[in-house]
Amino acid sequence: MELEAILSLFSQEFFYSTIRMATPIVMAAIGEVIMERAGILNLGIESMMMFGAFFGVVGAATFGNAWMGMLTGVVAGALAGALFGFIVITLRANQSVTGTAFNIIGYGLTTFLARVLWGIRSEPLKVSQFQDIPLPFLSDIPFLGYVLFDHDPTVYIAYIVVIVSTIFLFRTIWGLRIRAIGEHPRAAETIGINVFRYRYVAALIAGGLAAFGGAMLSLAQLDMFVDRMSGGRGFFALAAVILGRWHPVGVALGCLLFGAGNAIQMRVQAFGLKIAPDLLIAFPFVLTLLVVIVFRSTANPKALAKPYEKEATLE
Amino acid sequence: MTENSTKDPVKTSRIDLNKLDRMVRRFERLFVFLVPIVAVLSALILMAFLIFSVGSDPWVAYKGLFSGMFGNNFDTANTLNRAAPLMLMGLGVAVAFRGGLFNIGGEGQIAMGGLFASIVGIYITGIPSIVHIPLCILAGFIGGAVWSILPGYFFAKHGINLIITTVMMNEIANSLVAAMVKGPLLEPPGYEPQSYKVLESARLPLIWEGTRLHAGILIAILAAVIFYIILFRTPFGFAVRCVGENETAAKHSGLKVFRIRMLLMMISGGLGGIAGAAEILGAQYRLREAFLANYGYEALAVALLGQKHPLGVIISGVLFGGLKAGGASMQRATNLPMALVAVVSGVIILFVIASGILTRLPRYLAKKEASRGA
Repeated sequence: MELEAILSLFSQEFFYSTIRMATPIVMAAIGEVIMERAGILNLGIESMMMFGAFFGVVGAATFGNAWMGMLTGVVAGALAGALFGFIVITLRANQSVTGTAFNIIGYGLTTFLARVLWGIRSEPLKVSQFQDIPLPFLSDIPFLGYVLFDHDPTVYIAYIVVIVSTIFLFRTIWGLRIRAIGEHPRAAETIGINVFRYRYVAALIAGGLAAFGGAMLSLAQLDMFVDRMSGGRGFFALAAVILGRWHPVGVALGCLLFGAGNAIQMRVQAFGLKIAPDLLIAFPFVLTLLVVIVFRSTANPKALAKPYEKEATLE
Repeated sequence: MTENSTKDPVKTSRIDLNKLDRMVRRFERLFVFLVPIVAVLSALILMAFLIFSVGSDPWVAYKGLFSGMFGNNFDTANTLNRAAPLMLMGLGVAVAFRGGLFNIGGEGQIAMGGLFASIVGIYITGIPSIVHIPLCILAGFIGGAVWSILPGYFFAKHGINLIITTVMMNEIANSLVAAMVKGPLLEPPGYEPQSYKVLESARLPLIWEGTRLHAGILIAILAAVIFYIILFRTPFGFAVRCVGENETAAKHSGLKVFRIRMLLMMISGGLGGIAGAAEILGAQYRLREAFLANYGYEALAVALLGQKHPLGVIISGVLFGGLKAGGASMQRATNLPMALVAVVSGVIILFVIASGILTRLPRYLAKKEASRGA
């Protein structure tokens, strides 16, 4: 490939689609940061994204409005998060196995319900979609204006969520408590923090945010539900959390890598390179694998994935 | 200090600790049988509710499901054919579980096993069946085992989450197989993305007159027997169980945890590879993309429902094979999509995994009793 072609790969359009591809992952990953900071490993992000994507479309079709669709999706995701919380917090089940079971159910149930509701039609059900709204003034900035501020509203919400979650985790008492619970739940309980309650709250938030990310796929990037449309993004989010060292800003930057991975893959395909398209599809997965292996760290919350027993129930 | 010790219920308890221990053990033994039965029943009830809520008749659906499972010889054979890969992969998941490894890389290991077996089955010519079939199975084993090395190594050495790595390996394997059947292995003229058929000499014999039942089920049962012997009758099996029960203790007693886990992971992946190989050599004869889609994940439910015991895996393998075979006829009877099977397997996993808390019940009751006495 010529140098010119390589350079043209990284055009304004490329960075634009990087942002577009990355933001759903950002939403899911921020939720995962909060959950992991509270000491719970949620491997079921995929399922929560699927619920968001599916119920988002159901809501949008019912109310004829993308915003109501988004709300429906988020509520469904938060409920899934609460159920996940019940199983791993109260019943203390293994978090990895639970997350995997959630993913199996998430794919199966959404496919099942989609078939039952809409049948197998040649034309999938289309719903009203989020429209692009260029932000005044900001979108006039050369280059960056188009890349960052010429999107649909959900992308801007993702920017806000990154900022708000950073403040929440590091500048509020609730954030401090969540972090304490993730590091040393016993100590946290000793000073009167209700470990279970904060973990449930984290699970609710994480489920809702993952569902928001999922609904972005079906309501903003597309205007319909597609089977298995989360396509591994839940796992990209998990890798981004490791890459960003459990800090929302770092994690968001990590997500850009996966957005770029997706964008490159699409553009290389368009270039008609002599690489089998199926191998290109694997590219983001290889990237995730490398990130998880290379950037493994000991910076994770110390109580991550360890079930907690309340002091009162200690033998 | 004295104040502390009066608050400690175990020390002040009037309950004999040995008695408590016996109670816990008896409870656990009971639960080995009780949990799977309750899990299946609950899943069936939940599924009936789901079927009902989407406006179908659960009774008709279940009748369709059952007749598709064991309605006639052909259906029964089909059930067993679907069960064979689930059992083999389920054994793989179970054996890994015994050593504290959670292998959900089944999708990828099955795919690679199928790929390797297909290549050997298509391109090695002029050898008799008695050599060719074992060679293909071996190739399948190697394919699956190779695909589990990387996740196994990074988990055993560095504690990197096995689920993330194996799921990624699954996706990569699926892409690889898809690229192979559309590229190097594509059968001309290439209207469909599939390989040539494996040679006659590589195909598993059919073992039931008048049906499509192939020898895959025998391979699965043989694997279960070997699994049992190795796990419960050899020092290696004992070491595996030690590592699974208590890693720290195993390390301190001088077991080579890393080596055991690597070996275990490769055996586990290899069993998945055999599952893929048996499917190609016995049922489908040629490689297609996603030729056993979802089996790797459903094998988890098979292993957990079977309580990680070879006999249990065989039984739950037949059950899930039946769900697969019967799901299709249920779909015809009621128009309910097959995806329901995936939901059921997920729900069963949740039930089994969440029921772990019940084994704590006697301890909890004893403690309550003790604190009342104190």
